[in-house]
Amino acid sequence: MLEFAYLAYIVAAICFILALRGLSSPETARMGNIYGMTGMGIAVLVTLIAMPQILPPDTPIRIWLIILGIVIGAPIGTYIALKIPMTALPQLVAAFHSLVGLAAVFVAAAAFYNPSAYGIGSFGDIAVASLIEMSIGVAIGAITFTGSVVAFTKLQGLVSGNPLVFPLQHPLNAGLAVLTVILVIILCSTNSELAFWLIVLISLALGLLLILPIGGADMPVVISMLNSYSGWAAAGIGFTLQNQLLIVTGALVGASGAILSYIMCKGMNRSIFNVILGGFGGESAGPAAGPGGPRNVKQGSADDAAFIMKNAQNVIVVPGYGMAVAQAQHAVREMGELLKAEGVNVKYAIHPVAGRMPGHMNVLLAEANVPYDEVFELEDINRDFASCDVAYVIGANDVTNPAAKTDPTSSIYGMPILDVEKAKTVLFVKRSLGSGYAGVDNELFFRDNTMMLFGDAKKMTEEIVKGLE
Amino acid sequence: MEPQDIIQNAQQLLQESQRLAERARELAEAAQVAAPAAAPEVAAAAGHGSLFLMLLTVFALACFVGYYVVWRVTPALHSPLMSVTNAVSSVIIVGALIAASPAGGEFLFSAILGFLAVILASVNIFGGFIVTQRMLHMYQKKK
Repeated sequence: MLEFAYLAYIVAAICFILALRGLSSPETARMGNIYGMTGMGIAVLVTLIAMPQILPPDTPIRIWLIILGIVIGAPIGTYIALKIPMTALPQLVAAFHSLVGLAAVFVAAAAFYNPSAYGIGSFGDIAVASLIEMSIGVAIGAITFTGSVVAFTKLQGLVSGNPLVFPLQHPLNAGLAVLTVILVIILCSTNSELAFWLIVLISLALGLLLILPIGGADMPVVISMLNSYSGWAAAGIGFTLQNQLLIVTGALVGASGAILSYIMCKGMNRSIFNVILGGFGGESAGPAAGPGGPRNVKQGSADDAAFIMKNAQNVIVVPGYGMAVAQAQHAVREMGELLKAEGVNVKYAIHPVAGRMPGHMNVLLAEANVPYDEVFELEDINRDFASCDVAYVIGANDVTNPAAKTDPTSSIYGMPILDVEKAKTVLFVKRSLGSGYAGVDNELFFRDNTMMLFGDAKKMTEEIVKGLE
Repeated sequence: MEPQDIIQNAQQLLQESQRLAERARELAEAAQVAAPAAAPEVAAAAGHGSLFLMLLTVFALACFVGYYVVWRVTPALHSPLMSVTNAVSSVIIVGALIAASPAGGEFLFSAILGFLAVILASVNIFGGFIVTQRMLHMYQKKK
């Protein structure tokens, strides 16, 4: 029976790999997700069936408690998933990460108090190797938990998205990390309950301290990083419980989060350490005072914009976080459809770090029924700006700033940008002339071929739609 | 040699062999007591080392599988990737199930921890997969 369970675990692991593999294209993705669900179903069912063999012989089993747990959890999860608006996706993912982290802490603690259930010794007499694995799992789990809670509150707007920087932050974090290592050594030599819970407490504090100093627009990296952590936590618990399925899945998720973090960092031309150390940028944007005082900008109305776009051949829409905030994606799709009806070729250009999580803009455009084959990534569309008539930039700023290419002193120098400056006309929908997240002025605003459309992204786009009709 | 001496020698030999037999029996008894106590520890020590290496092999290979599979994910689907990996990492529920199962007073605390973990993980499993499905249903081709 136990061998059967292990075989089934392999099948479940393969299902999870296929779930990720399916995401290589939108056509296969839904099937992939079904593989994922199947894998999870197999894992749970087989564990329940094989439970008498997994536990030490003659252990009385209480299955109703498990069913009760699932009966409580499942409707909550289903309800949240069905009701959540797509714009709230980043905070939802952050909240879900925190659950995985907390569950990892609970499972590790359960293993500490009842190690015989997992065949790793008896209470107070656990093998050193198991204690080390347990400490790693519980520490990463706790960091994931509080870190994700902070990320959630920042994304939900419960606390300011500004980085919270305080003195001696890095020495404090380093000190806590060293203290954790010492506690792990104490735990291994004494099996002390106190040491175990102190590790949990300090890791919880570390999670808070690590994420608080990171600013709002760095959230794509933070979320990917926490995604990765939740995977490593699962793998750590898998080593403790000597369970291959947990290890394989944890490794898959950990690798996935790590790759996403890497892609996000590359999209900002910053190292992961630079992001983790935090304190970069803020939400609030000061008024732009370019070199030599205020400069002239060309300001236009919605009707002007409608006229220009109607007479264009190629229009590229560049959405940014501002579109998500204003929930302008539906208006943007309407505008795109009207333009297409006029014979205009419309495409969408997405910067890797646009929005608050990887792929954020793609989901919002998909929600608004924009076909995914009209939406292009930076490297696939950047060449097209030179031949396009209008670039319609809505709620994006830094990712279009030519200073990233020309000004070595700029804080965003070296960041890959969308070359909207090459378009014949650039339409910028913005609330003000304020600088972007990075606090860098965008000289594009002052160019001759730029027209600023001041106003709320959604209202402005809706007015353009009216102008087109 | 006198016959008497031979008899004496034989008796001595007999006594000696009896003593040796007695000693052997004692040792065997001691070994019988010691063996079952020692065997699992030896087996466990050897077992944990090789088991750890096997698990580490699985871990390392899975990291590589993850690496290559995830690089092939199209950037347009990075958000669903994140929510599906999140759902999948709730496989930690397997550990929670084992913690919550044993009945009996001495396991009460760990069973409660397991129970809480089962709740959290099932919120995550259902929430994660359903929200992923919702997202994926929105991606449409040009009509």
